[in-house]
Amino acid sequence: MKDKSLVSITDFNKEEYLRILEIAAGFEENPNQKLLNDHVVASLFFEPSTRTRLSFETAANRLGARVIGFSDSGSTSVKKGESLKDTIIMVSGYADIIVMRHPRDGAARWASEVSTVPVINAGDGANQHPTQCLLDMYSIMQTQGTLDNLNIAFIGDLKYGRTVHSLVQAMCSFNPTFHLVSPEELKLPSSSKMHIKNSNLTYHQYTELADVIPIADIIYMTRIQKERFSDPLDYEKVKNSYVLDRAMLHNCKPNMKILHPLPRVNEISEDVDETPQAFYFKQAENGVYVRQALLAAIAGVK
Amino acid sequence: MKKEQRHLNVTAIENGTVIDHIPANNVFKVLHILNLENNKNQVLFGDNLDSKKYGKKGIIKVSNTYFDANEINKIALVAPTATFIEIKDFEVVTKKTVEVPDQIKSIVKCFNPNCITNVEFVPSHFTVVDKENMKLLCHYCEKITGRNNIVFA
Ligand SMILES: [Zn+2]
Repeated sequence: MKDKSLVSITDFNKEEYLRILEIAAGFEENPNQKLLNDHVVASLFFEPSTRTRLSFETAANRLGARVIGFSDSGSTSVKKGESLKDTIIMVSGYADIIVMRHPRDGAARWASEVSTVPVINAGDGANQHPTQCLLDMYSIMQTQGTLDNLNIAFIGDLKYGRTVHSLVQAMCSFNPTFHLVSPEELKLPSSSKMHIKNSNLTYHQYTELADVIPIADIIYMTRIQKERFSDPLDYEKVKNSYVLDRAMLHNCKPNMKILHPLPRVNEISEDVDETPQAFYFKQAENGVYVRQALLAAIAGVK
Repeated sequence: MKKEQRHLNVTAIENGTVIDHIPANNVFKVLHILNLENNKNQVLFGDNLDSKKYGKKGIIKVSNTYFDANEINKIALVAPTATFIEIKDFEVVTKKTVEVPDQIKSIVKCFNPNCITNVEFVPSHFTVVDKENMKLLCHYCEKITGRNNIVFA
């Protein structure tokens, strides 16, 4: 993976996913390894995303790298009309690896083509967010001991949730059964379903959250956003139907864990936080180890 | 057949290419895609001519110009039925048909308004994922532009 960019989750294959997860486990055991002392990591956030930026910058700092960049393009030459291409060419003359977040779909692919150093996509518009996908896989592996043959339930907004699309795609390499729970308006897009079918795997669709609780090994919750509905009444109808609370967990499998890309609003009630099933905060912490693994692998020191 | 139409159909060119069986009204798109607007050789074209096969058709004749497969396949989106007839010394040398290419660069715009190719000067680039239904997967935003959304750059 040395010098390779990560723009889309499909840029890596199954062996590469597993390799990253293995390296990440090493960083979880021993997070402070100054392997990138002589490296500069550029952290270019053309739109703000505090959570993702802090996670990447923590990862770089724990590896001993120096971090340069900006957290919002409002204060940079981009505001003066500099093209993405010019910014990336300039920064790739300064830094060894570029981490970037951008509001436009496809921006990271374009950057990886004009950059002379590897680019890690930290989210490009509604398109891809591959490090979120890798940390989700790491959390699944950590809680289940394996990625193979699992029953994975996705709940909520499966239409617009890019984390769902990427995770579905990546997990297709590990023979899962997918359980898809969403309102009619927010079903998984046909492109993702096609991916499942092309991998000779099965999916089941539901409208009731309670139906999948006894079956699932992983319940992946997502936030349903009001602005996704053309009719506000449709939102009012479904907004409370995909909320998980403690009482609903009485018949879940003992190994079942709940994941969520965060931030949550009300879709997981706070009384779930204290249950052994809640894993979403640990999942966010795992993001640092996975990003450390990725930086180290791309720098060629792991 | 009207006199001038017959004239256009039969006018022989000594050396060059006749592009025949262009769907009616797509002649101008073909001229644009093949950059014949800037060709310095003689270019003759006609539109809405009678065709035995297609009812109405367009035709283009360009002197002293030949097209490689790459260029020929560029017009697959607007003239999949076209034939490229190469003429040398007034004789037909070869006839080439259009094939839908695997990759399409620069000629089509991505339909996604938030795609980087529509915001900055980035040449568009698609993989043709379904040749029959003309589904184009954008190399950048990873969204599919379908036949009904195709707009030429
Ligand atoms: Zn696009």
